[in-house]
Amino acid sequence: MKFFEHIGRYAKLMAETFTLPQRWRLLGRQYIKEIEKQGLQSLGITIIISVFIGSAITMQMVLNTENPLLPKYVTGLTTRETLLLEFSSTILCLILAGKVGSNIASEIGTMRITEQIDALQIMGVNAPNYLILPKILGFVTIIPCLVIFSMFFGLIGGYIMAYSGIISPAQYTMGIQYAFNPYYVTYSIIKSLIFAFIISSVSSYYGYYAYGGALEVGKASTNAVVNSSIIVLLFNVILTDLLLV
Amino acid sequence: MIEVAHLTKSFGDNTVLHDISATFDSGKTNLIIGQSGSGKTVLMKCIIGLHQVDSGKILYDDTDITSMTKKQITTMRQKVGMLFQGSALFDSMTVEENVRFPLEMFSEKSREEWNERVNFCLQRVNLDHAAKLYPSEISGGMQKRAAIARAIVLEPTYLFCDEPNSGLDPRTSLTIDRLIKEITEENNITTIINTHDMNSVMEIGDNILFIHKGYKSWQGNKDNIYDTGNTDLDDFVFASELYKKVKKYHSY
Repeated sequence: MKFFEHIGRYAKLMAETFTLPQRWRLLGRQYIKEIEKQGLQSLGITIIISVFIGSAITMQMVLNTENPLLPKYVTGLTTRETLLLEFSSTILCLILAGKVGSNIASEIGTMRITEQIDALQIMGVNAPNYLILPKILGFVTIIPCLVIFSMFFGLIGGYIMAYSGIISPAQYTMGIQYAFNPYYVTYSIIKSLIFAFIISSVSSYYGYYAYGGALEVGKASTNAVVNSSIIVLLFNVILTDLLLV
Repeated sequence: MIEVAHLTKSFGDNTVLHDISATFDSGKTNLIIGQSGSGKTVLMKCIIGLHQVDSGKILYDDTDITSMTKKQITTMRQKVGMLFQGSALFDSMTVEENVRFPLEMFSEKSREEWNERVNFCLQRVNLDHAAKLYPSEISGGMQKRAAIARAIVLEPTYLFCDEPNSGLDPRTSLTIDRLIKEITEENNITTIINTHDMNSVMEIGDNILFIHKGYKSWQGNKDNIYDTGNTDLDDFVFASELYKKVKKYHSY
C-alpha cells in the first residue's frame, strides 16, 4: 500500500514540477546555478574516480588475461568496453546519486522543515516548479558531459598503468581502438540521461515530503540515495535489454 | 476585511474547529489567541487556504475563498503577506534578494522600481544596513524584520503573522509588535496574528479572538479583556503572577 502511495505522490509532484514556469528568467537563473552546483562541482570527483577505476580495470585485465591464446590488446579493449558500457554511466551515476542526490534531498528537506517551501506557496509560487525543475534540468543537461569526461579520464587511467610497465602503451592503444562501436557511447549517454532524471527527481521527492526536524532531513537524504540507487540499477537492466540486447 | 462564518474543520473523526464565526477588520491588528492545541493554527491555515474547510465561509472582502479553484487561490495569495514563526527567509539569498524575490516573481514593474521598493521596505524595517547579509549572518530579530519587509514588498491587502515573537527577547518582541501595528495602520492592511505572547495582546490587541478547545470563546479588544467574566480566558491570559497583578491593579 505504501508503495502505491509513494508512486501516486511522486507522480503528483512531477505533474506540478513539469508545468510552465511563472518566470522564465528565474528558471534560467536557477538552471545555471544548478548546472554549476551539480555538474561543475562534481567534475573533480568524476575525474579522480575515473582515473583510478580506469587504472584498476587495466591492472585487473592484465592479471586475469594472462593467456597466450589471448592477444595483448584485449586489456585495452576490455577496459574500454567496461568503461563505456557500465562504469561511466551506471557506476558513475550511482556515485553521483550519493553526492548530488543527498545534496538535493537535504537542501529541499531543510527548506521544507524551515517553512521556506510554505513561504513560497503562500506567496503563490508553484514551489515544485520553482525548486525542482531547475535541479532536474540542470543535472540532466550536465550528465552527458560528466559521462564523456569519465570515459576519457578512465582511459587515461589505463594509459597511466600502461606506462607503468605492466603492458605496452602501443598494445593498450591498439586495444582501445580495436572494433570500436560508437553506439556504445550513445547508449551510455542515453542511460545516463535517464539515471540523472531518476536521481534528481527521486531525491527531490524525498526532500519535498520531509516533515519534522533535522533527523527527518537526514532520513530523507538516506532514503533518497538508497532508493534512487535501487531504481537506477533496476533501470540499468531494463535499458540494457531495450538498447543492447 | 476578512470574515469567517460558521467555519468547521475536522481531521478524520477529530473536529478541531466548531462553528467559528469572526470578523477581522482592515487597518487593525487582529489577534488569535488560545492554548496550544486549541485550534488557532488550524484556523489561520484555513483562512489562508492551506486547509480545506468542512463547512462555512471565509470571505476576503466579500470574496469567498472556500469556493475558489486552486488557481484562483494561488492568484489571490499574491495579495497576501505572511510572516512565519521561524522567519522562513531563503538561506541561499541575501536579505535584499529575499525582499526582492516576490517582486521578481510577480511584479511587472521595471528593475529601477523594484530596487526603489526594496530599499523603501528595508528602510521601513531599519534593515538597509544589512541588505547584503545572508539570513545566517543576522540576529533573530533582524530576521523577523527582514521577513516583514519581504511580506509587505508587494503591498499586500492581508498580512498573516504566525507567532511573530517566538524566540525573541521582550524588547525585540515589542519592536516587532509595534512595527507590525504601524505597517498595518499605514497601509490599511487586514492583519491577523496568531500569538501566545501576552505582551502582544496588551500592546497591539485591537481585535482579539480567543479560541478554546476549538470553539470561539470570546472576541473583544485589549481594553475590555480585564473583566470579561470568561474564566477560560482569564485562566489563559492572566496565568502568570505578573498578569494576575496587572489584572488586580486594573480593577482598582
